[in-house]
Order: sequence, then C-alpha cells, then structure tokens
Amino acid sequence: MSRNAVHGWLLLLPALAFLALFTHWPVLGTIWDSFHATPKGGRPAPWVGLENYQVMLSDEVFWQSLRNNLWYALGTIPVSIALAMLMALWVNSAMRGRTWLRMAFFTPTILPMIAVANIWLFFYTPQYGLLDQFLSLFGAGGRNWLGDPSTALACVIVVAIWKEAGFFMIFYLAALQAIPPSLAEAAAIEGASRGYYFRRVVFPLLMPTTLFVMVNAVINSVRLVDHIFVMTRGGPNNATSLLLYYVYSVGFSFWDTAYAAALTIVLLVLLAAAAIGQFVFLDKRVHYQ
Amino acid sequence: MRRLETAAAWLLGFLWILPLLYAVWTAFHAAEFSTRFSLAAPLTLDNFRRAWEAAPFARYFLNSFMLVTMVLSAQLVLCTLAAYSFARYEFRGKDTAFVLVLLQLMIMPDVLIVENYRTMSRMGVLDSVPAIALPYVASAFGIFLLRQTFKTVPRELDEAARVEGAGALRILWSVYVPLARPVYLAYGLVSVSYHWNNFLWPLIVTNSVTSRPVTVGLQVFSSGDQGIDWSIITAATLMSCGPLLVAFLLFQRQFVQSFMRAGIR
Repeated sequence: MSRNAVHGWLLLLPALAFLALFTHWPVLGTIWDSFHATPKGGRPAPWVGLENYQVMLSDEVFWQSLRNNLWYALGTIPVSIALAMLMALWVNSAMRGRTWLRMAFFTPTILPMIAVANIWLFFYTPQYGLLDQFLSLFGAGGRNWLGDPSTALACVIVVAIWKEAGFFMIFYLAALQAIPPSLAEAAAIEGASRGYYFRRVVFPLLMPTTLFVMVNAVINSVRLVDHIFVMTRGGPNNATSLLLYYVYSVGFSFWDTAYAAALTIVLLVLLAAAAIGQFVFLDKRVHYQ
Repeated sequence: MRRLETAAAWLLGFLWILPLLYAVWTAFHAAEFSTRFSLAAPLTLDNFRRAWEAAPFARYFLNSFMLVTMVLSAQLVLCTLAAYSFARYEFRGKDTAFVLVLLQLMIMPDVLIVENYRTMSRMGVLDSVPAIALPYVASAFGIFLLRQTFKTVPRELDEAARVEGAGALRILWSVYVPLARPVYLAYGLVSVSYHWNNFLWPLIVTNSVTSRPVTVGLQVFSSGDQGIDWSIITAATLMSCGPLLVAFLLFQRQFVQSFMRAGIR
C-alpha cells in the first residue's frame, strides 16, 4: 500500500471504529440475538431458531403495532408534505408578514418532541383543554380524545404533522429559491394562470425535493415515537402502540431482549425497503435536472 | 383571491403557534387562570419557581449541556478527519468504506436501542453522560456534509500549501476547515438541537439525576407525583425548551439557513 493509502485509512479509522461498534456490530448482533432465547442468569442464551419469529406471527400486539405504524405513516407523510409545500409557497411569495409566518411554521422543529407532547396533552385534555373548551362553544365538548381508541391514533398523527411540516418546508423553500425568476416571467407573458404555472413548472421542479423529503418522512414515521411516551403510552388498548415503542416496551419493560431483537429486525427491514426505494427513485431524479 | 390566501396563511400560522401560546399563557398565570382567559389575569413567575424547586432541573440542564458539548466536539473531529479522507485521498476499499458510512443515514442508532444498551452494559458505562453520547459521535450525516464541502475546495490551494512544506493535517486545519466554516455552523446547530431534544436513547441508558438530560428529567417530572398541575408542568416544559427557543428567536435567520444548508446535499 502506498503512503497515501495508509494516511487515508488512518484518517478514516476513528469514525469507522465508532460506526462499527455502534451501527454495524449492533445490526449483526440483532440478527444473531433474534435466533436465540433471552439469556437468563449469566448462562449463554440457547439457539431457538425461528421461535421468536413464530411468536411474533401470533402476537396480536405486534400486528396491531404494525397496522398502527402503517396508518401513522399514511397519515403523516402525505399531509405533512402537502402542508410543507403550501407553507413554502406562501413564505416564498410577497405575502405580508411572511417572516412572522416562517417563524410560526418552523418553531415546532426546534422544540423537543417530549416537551411538545406535554403541551399537546394539555391541549387535548377533556374539559380543561383548549380543544374541548373550543368545541364546547358549539356544544360538542366532553370528549376524551386520547382516551378513546377510535381517536387516539389520529391525535398522535396530528402532533407528528405539526412537528414535521415546518421542517420539510425549509427544503421546499430552498428549492423554490433556486427556480430562476425568468420562468415565472415567461409564464406570465404566455398568459399562464398561477395554477397552471404551479402544476406544469413549479411542481415538477420540486420533484427531487419531494423525493428527498419523502425518504426523510418515511424514516421519521419509524423513528418519531417520543410523544407516545407522554400522551398515551401506547394505549388505550394498544391503539397508539407504534413499532419502535413496542420494541421499547418489550425490551425495557418486560426485558425480553431476544424478542425485542426480532422486532427490531422488522424495523430494519422497513428501513432497508425505504433505502432501496430511494435508490430506485434516484434514477427518476435525473429526468428533472 | 390574494387577500383570501393571505388570510388562510395567517390562520394556519396562528394555528401552528397556538399550542405554544397556550403553554405560555398557562405557565405565566396562576392556576385558576390556566383555563380561563381574561386580560385582567395577573402575570406571575411563581410556576417557574415551583417547578425549578420541585425537581433538580439545574443538574438536568448541566447534563444536557455536557451532552451536546461532548457529542458536538467529538463529531467535529471525527467527521472532519473522515470527510477529508473521502474527499482527497485515493485508496482501495474507499467506496466500500463510504457505503458502510452511508448505511448509518438509514439505520440510525435510534432504532438499535436493544443492542446498544447491551454494549453499554458490557462496557460498564450505563447511566452516564458519555453512554448517551457514544452511539452518535461518528455521524454519517456530518461526514457526508463535510465531504461534499471539502470536494469544492480548489486543489491549487492544497498544492500551494504543500509547496510551503505543510503536512496533510496542517493543510486540513489551515485551508479546509476555515473554508467550510458556514457548513460547520449549520451542522453544529442541527446537531445541538437534535441532541438537546433527543429522548428515547437517553431514557433507556440513564436512571439517575446525575446523568439524565433535560428531556428525560422533564418526563420523569411530569409523569411523577405532580398530579395534573398544568401550570407547573407547562412552566417546566417551557424551561426545557427555553435555551433553544431563545437562541432560535434571536438568530432566526441563521437557524433557518443552517437547516436549509444541512438539508441540501
């Protein structure tokens, strides 16, 4: 090896060592552990083959968490992306008070999810909460939003949308500012309406950003579970149990680490699918550049 | 039509800030006004005082402060070195190494909680601030961001420094690092706000006052025996967001631009 190569590896070494220890090794460890029983009392864990996965297939709570997570993703991703686009268009236009608007939209991004969840918990509280007080003006109050299995997941989704939309707005804002103003002028000369200009020019130009944001949104729909801890703890009746939350409760409330490892594998497969999705989409990106 | 759109935008902006305004109202008024809105309600800091006294928030803030300092300084060193290698060195296995790094963009430490907990327990560092920091110090995002920036540095600058007899690290420090300053600022802001706000991993790996960051402290406090005294809980909540929120309001433009810069790759 040349001296240059040695230097290159030496510079990489510290970062790679930490990555290996806390990312690559744990991934392999998760796979390994998912085929073993949970170790008890210092003895090595026995090999159990696919038993953890068989348990998973007949575990109602797992299926419910998976379903919830799917709804959580379907609820948050499209709405937060659409809102983010709308917000960016508004903030980027010559609207009055747009600095103020940008601040209002972006603020949730920098607040801790756990703190935000406290505020929203108060917001949803029956009788005292702002939501119920507002609704009672129309005689529709007295509802326990977070205590009812039919509304709890929707409430949690709203919080995630509120937290994410302003963050995604930033990327759209950057993309909008990169569109040359001459395009808008040309469209105006041709007599194109604003709606037409958006559909035919702006929206396609935003496509790479949309894909980037979408991948982020997919990852977040797996990762963003902090507010569950404060608002519902997965309840009522597992109505808001998301996969990562379920991994936490299996691994650190019931201390069944082997089963938690098998559940983590499901998360990793979902994330890998998102990665492959991004890879496939990258080709389409070229179209628009 | 335009006017209608402005009204809609303002309505959405108001809705977006409403939960926060509501929390501010409750935190700064006595409990009897927490759900009654009256302009005559007297302002008070009493809720903040009581929250501050009810839990060791000073210690939590210190822990959070140590955590973000530790994570950021380690990240800056490790990511700078690795990014320099990826941007300016040619060697066999470089592409494989890069893929191994990028893997972390998809599989974040956040989902590997079970195995990382086991590692920390084997290392005997459970319930300490370094244990919270360790999984995050090598950041694929930071490496990627800095690599892209370093690649734009003209090679002539490099060679000019080399002619003057500067070594590789010397060149990195005096040519590359200064040129990447805005990217460092952007990355720093994103990293600090991420780790100040992080919750799940710190919750798992800490269990005492001496290591808990503010987010975990807040959760322990508000789910503890406070009953549901919303005035105190919202005061504690605002306290925990306080430093970032104040910094954001003061340096709004830098924050937005930093998050923008960090997002475009």
